[in-house]
Amino acid sequence: MSIPIDLLLNAIVAGLLLGGFYAAVTVGVSISFGMLDVVNIAHPAFIILGSYIAYIINATFGIDPILAALIVLPAFYVLGQAVYQIFYWSFEKRGEEALRGLAFFFGLLFITEVMLILVFGVDYRYVHALYIGPTWRIGFIDLPLRMLVPCVVSILLVVALQMFLSRTFVGRAIMAVAQDQQALRLLSVDPIRIKRIAFGVSIATAALAGAFLIIIQPVEPSIGREYIGRIFAICVLGGMGSLPGTVIAAVLLGIIESLTATFYGPSWAPAVAFGFLLVTLAVRPAGILGR
Amino acid sequence: MTQPLLEIKGLSKRFGGFVALDGIDLEVAPGERLGLIGPNGSGKSTLVNCICGTLQNEAGSVRFEGRTIDGLPANRRTHLGLARSFQLPRPFVSLTLIDNLRIPLIYTVAPRAGMLARTTRQMDERCMELLAMVGLDSRARRWPRDLTQVEMRKLELARAMAAEPKLLIADESMAGLSHSEVEDIIALLLRLNGQGITIILIEHIMRAVMSFSQRIAVLVSGRKIADGKRDAVVNNPEVVSAYLGQ
Amino acid sequence: MRAATFVFIALVVGAIVFALSLLARNEYVLFAGFVVLQYIVLATAWNILGGYCGYVNFGTAAFFAMGAYSTVALHKLGANPGRYLAGTFAEALIPLFPLSIPVLVVIGGLVSGLVGFGMGYLTLRLRGVFFAIATLALAVVLQTLIINWDFVGGSRGAYVIRPDSIALGPVSLSYIEYLYLVMLSLAVLALCVARQIERSRLGFGFATIRDDELAAEASGVPTLRLKLIATALSGALMGMAGAPLPYYIGYVEPAAAFGLPYAVNSIAMPMIGGTTSWVGPLIGAILLGTLQQIATVTISSVVNLLIVGVLLVAFVIIAPKGIVGLLQDRWRARLQP
Repeated sequence: MSIPIDLLLNAIVAGLLLGGFYAAVTVGVSISFGMLDVVNIAHPAFIILGSYIAYIINATFGIDPILAALIVLPAFYVLGQAVYQIFYWSFEKRGEEALRGLAFFFGLLFITEVMLILVFGVDYRYVHALYIGPTWRIGFIDLPLRMLVPCVVSILLVVALQMFLSRTFVGRAIMAVAQDQQALRLLSVDPIRIKRIAFGVSIATAALAGAFLIIIQPVEPSIGREYIGRIFAICVLGGMGSLPGTVIAAVLLGIIESLTATFYGPSWAPAVAFGFLLVTLAVRPAGILGR
Repeated sequence: MTQPLLEIKGLSKRFGGFVALDGIDLEVAPGERLGLIGPNGSGKSTLVNCICGTLQNEAGSVRFEGRTIDGLPANRRTHLGLARSFQLPRPFVSLTLIDNLRIPLIYTVAPRAGMLARTTRQMDERCMELLAMVGLDSRARRWPRDLTQVEMRKLELARAMAAEPKLLIADESMAGLSHSEVEDIIALLLRLNGQGITIILIEHIMRAVMSFSQRIAVLVSGRKIADGKRDAVVNNPEVVSAYLGQ
Repeated sequence: MRAATFVFIALVVGAIVFALSLLARNEYVLFAGFVVLQYIVLATAWNILGGYCGYVNFGTAAFFAMGAYSTVALHKLGANPGRYLAGTFAEALIPLFPLSIPVLVVIGGLVSGLVGFGMGYLTLRLRGVFFAIATLALAVVLQTLIINWDFVGGSRGAYVIRPDSIALGPVSLSYIEYLYLVMLSLAVLALCVARQIERSRLGFGFATIRDDELAAEASGVPTLRLKLIATALSGALMGMAGAPLPYYIGYVEPAAAFGLPYAVNSIAMPMIGGTTSWVGPLIGAILLGTLQQIATVTISSVVNLLIVGVLLVAFVIIAPKGIVGLLQDRWRARLQP
């Protein structure tokens, strides 16, 4: 069987763009799960929340969704800090995070979804922006702007985060906190404060990821669940807490999903992420750049 | 010479770029009391973990009673007669003390003897015997959270003993204990050795190692730098500098 | 109490519940009761892995739906066996159809048990959170498979026609009475299994896995094998609970069979009731299940899901030992004034 070369190339480019977006979706979990060891399975719910907030601001004031996300970024940061504080008091401190901590985040995921259904119903919502619609064409390759813009901003976000983590004191403390809390105490840095800041940052990225999501596709409350498999597959394959690894894994999954959708049909795409996750867990739990 | 009980050849283990163990050779004869010492981070605990199957070694081999045990999961090695205590006590917190000791009886001793089970009554008696050995029999029905640090370590030893091992590895059983408590545990270990159990003692407290061991092996940065009779080892200039150089 | 005594008492209580439910002469009681009983099975099954071993399964809906869809598949097959079955075995197999519900329950249990075993085999060697994450994804993927499988109706769903009544020896039961009896029996079975595990050596082994896996291995506990037993058993019970579903609702679609309420409730009920013994999931399922049956009628089904979510979060934060733990604490406080 011969595969038309333009179809193949287009699928790969679409996958690259999708992968850029997946990097933004996952980067928060790479921080919370990968670095802090907090298994925030509610992360997709925060992303959907971000989508709906971008939607409200966009629909009310006509502000660009990405700009809207940047406006609410501080609020998400504070929300993340609050969630971590509750998690710390209720579970980490008592040393019961394994079972009940998971149930806690699952509860949050569920409550957020149900609240959104109560307020907005189950209809799909979408946003308006200049770049939703037009497509650049280079030769026979399509570059839809509604994919390209999130992808570019997403890569900027990851680069900024990487600089923050490697260049600033707080950033380095975050990288260190998972390794050795004791050492931080010796430097008279409060590890809980560092973790709180890091978790705030992780949730703040969800605001942007949410805006990207609703730019790329219309959103309804329950689609967050589709992302759980993807997010954790990427996070694990990326090596749990390595941002460059996250980007590579995200792009890899993006391309595989895009090829699957092109050649087998889009309804199979969710299964790809899960297969990806299972294979990752079974064969290479340390990730591609893994330890 | 009789066959060694434990025979380690060229054992290596790395974590990413960090070499934790680098070509360790070590033999332990049946009935021996070996002290294993070394500064923090020298690889002692990693070695224990590789012997007991908590970690898998990349290179080299571990033989127990002449049988290669590389790749066997930890529970199988316990069945063969290897038991350990953990550096930080890890009791089963939701089980009472007597039930903590029941676990190795159910899952190691009974299957080894080829019977599905001893009767509950026999098991209770054996558990009480072990608890009495470490002086915890009066609290058989209490939970680990009611114990002090030293009692926790004794429970740890009793649980390792419940598996009826041929080789017992005591990983820093005495850190943070008072003088008399250390004496207590040494006396206990000597008694067990008297019953024919080979013991590897990993310890920071030199006094304890000196009074307990017949032979001492020294690890520094994942390598064995000395191994021999107690007095020869502690007077070895390389060992002295490794310790004083800290 | 000996195991035989417990089974006897459970059977007697089950019989009394059945008799009282029939005496109510109200079909709604049976329809609502069926759902509550179904949750008793699911919560108890979840607790065997989650409560006893400490491994969180977010994919209850997937195991449940596997049971339901194996019934749908066999029902379709049974409606026209000659069309789908060919070859040497066809003649032997065809007379077996249509399969009775107890047989379907067993098959549903086997299918889900196998799914549980397979997934456990792939992920249980790793840290517990990876298993939990894998179960989250499992639901999405199995749903994708079902949506793409036209034989069982794909995303449109499938109708299952049930007869009006069924004869059990001399007695003739209406179909809902019969389904109610099946689910009641499953609840009794699940509770007996759970209690038997708790008192057995297997239960001790499970507890060591929950407390400290490294120490368990060092004591000779074959943790991987025990975890696989727990996953397969728990999955099988969930599948058994799902098998009668198509006959109960008459029309199965993926969105309903894989519904999030199953996953949330099966976690919330043991957490609220208490996870350390078989009593907890039972109490949790009766309370929450009944509450939801009332709330669905009086308020709305979305609001009652919200209540479950909020209760779950509130309990894990405020009362980590659940209702059973609260009662035990009060009881102890009274004994030691």
